[in-house]
Amino acid sequence: MSRRVHAEHRLAWMLCAPAVIAMLLVTAYPMLYALWLSLFRYDLRFPDERHFIGLDNYLSVLSSETWWQSLFNTLVITTGSVAIEFVLGMIFALVMHHALVGRRVVRTTLLVPYGIITVVAAMSWRFAFDPTTGFVNVLVGLDGSWLAERWSAIFVIIQTEIWKTTPFMALLLLAGLTLVPGDVLRAARVDGANAWQRFFRITLPLMRPVIMVALLFRTLDAFRIFDTVFVQTRGAQGTESVSIVGYDALITRLNLGLGSAVSILIFLCVLAIAVVYIKGFGIDLSRREQP
Amino acid sequence: MTIRESGNLVERLFWGIGSALVVIYSLLPVAWIVSLSLKRSADLGDNRFIPHVISLEHYQAIFHDPQFSAALGNSIGIAGISTLAAVILGMFTAYAVVRLEFPGRRLIMAGALSIAMFPPVSIIGPLFNMWRTFGLYDTWAGLILPYMTFTLPLAIWTLSAFFREIPWDLEKAARVDGATPMQAFLRVITPLAAPGVFTAAILVFMFAWNDFLFAISLTSTNDARTVPAAIAFFTGSSRFEQPTGSIAAASVVVTIPIIILVLVFQRRIVAGLTSGAVKG
Repeated sequence: MSRRVHAEHRLAWMLCAPAVIAMLLVTAYPMLYALWLSLFRYDLRFPDERHFIGLDNYLSVLSSETWWQSLFNTLVITTGSVAIEFVLGMIFALVMHHALVGRRVVRTTLLVPYGIITVVAAMSWRFAFDPTTGFVNVLVGLDGSWLAERWSAIFVIIQTEIWKTTPFMALLLLAGLTLVPGDVLRAARVDGANAWQRFFRITLPLMRPVIMVALLFRTLDAFRIFDTVFVQTRGAQGTESVSIVGYDALITRLNLGLGSAVSILIFLCVLAIAVVYIKGFGIDLSRREQP
Repeated sequence: MTIRESGNLVERLFWGIGSALVVIYSLLPVAWIVSLSLKRSADLGDNRFIPHVISLEHYQAIFHDPQFSAALGNSIGIAGISTLAAVILGMFTAYAVVRLEFPGRRLIMAGALSIAMFPPVSIIGPLFNMWRTFGLYDTWAGLILPYMTFTLPLAIWTLSAFFREIPWDLEKAARVDGATPMQAFLRVITPLAAPGVFTAAILVFMFAWNDFLFAISLTSTNDARTVPAAIAFFTGSSRFEQPTGSIAAASVVVTIPIIILVLVFQRRIVAGLTSGAVKG
């Protein structure tokens, strides 16, 4: 190995070291620590009773109704919001792509929900659906107390997620739309393909890589949902998400052993989702970087 | 230009109405919370879009509330320092990854990517326990560390996407003229990289400003509690009324900086968000 190559390696490692050390220290190490803690009976309110119990924490989590209900809720919220915001995001992207006047106005206003703090977004919709301070009941002519009942509360939560994150989807899809070559679409038009055919046969297949990356990141993000549920119901009425269950065990009840088991299970779920997307749908992440 | 050239009146009208609907949907809840924040306490339940009487009582209340002022200061300080740290470390890493040949390059990018997918709730327990031991619980540093780490992937990926576009021959020229790699980096490349760095900084700042989970798990008092946590735990001026007005006013106050950021830098934000996803 020549001296120049050697110096280059050393410089590279010096430049990367701070970031790598920070990432290992604040994510990898705590993750291993969580794995370790999950094998103990460890409750901070009774720290002296700490002892090794093997997989018992996992057994109690996996046999509890709360975990399965929260997992079910999380999957409903994730699928519901990602599916709807994909369709909506595509419509928004098409509107921005085609609107002659006001394309910039639309793009700017879309950045408002994107930029707003999630807690504030959740509060806004909580007030909006509230029977006394809200406008939704007046608008749709209903008299419901939306957050007091399970399925309507889940509907409000999904609605909030969609409002907050559709802009992200729409902007990514818009960037993908601009990559579809215009002359291909024009040629198809000359050949007699109608708008639907052009969209489904040409635009959509060409956008596939962008769509898959957007869906992967949004699915993982939606699965971690915490802020909206915490602000709108705090998990009441059977609306807990898995992150809420983890937070309650760890921070509210200070049960580090049990909570860590929940944490590890959530991590495994996220891993499974990523593997399904990457292997199942063949996303090549090494070639496409993503914020 | 795609199909737009041949857009007739009907088509234009269709897309115009579409745009209007998108705008209304995006701004409706924001307009509602602004309206709530300007209503008198007595009018909060009147379901009217335009307040009967415009009153600033909720704004006066939150700025007299020491909890909110402290949270605002904490949020600005913590998000600002996290941004600075993440962007500096991200710059070093992105430069090495884009410019230098070394073993482990792909491993670093893959590791960063996996952190971007990582569920934060999985580590709040260990961090809570570790921070109490190290005395970092309920301090600025206790939040800056996780914010910096969780935004490093964003910074590294965004910066490398921008760094790939820089004409690096200029650096080679500087090296030929006798500059060391470090000098070439600081004198020649840094000015060219500034727009990308700026974009990364905005995205990182928005993440840190937005975070709620770490903020409520790793803080307990006004010492380090940030705005999202303060809003969620608002008690209001009196214990007997629901603090809807105060929450609305506080929400408007913390949303204003973000709206300004978005309006002024929208091109950069959109470029930063989409830079990675569409370029192979």
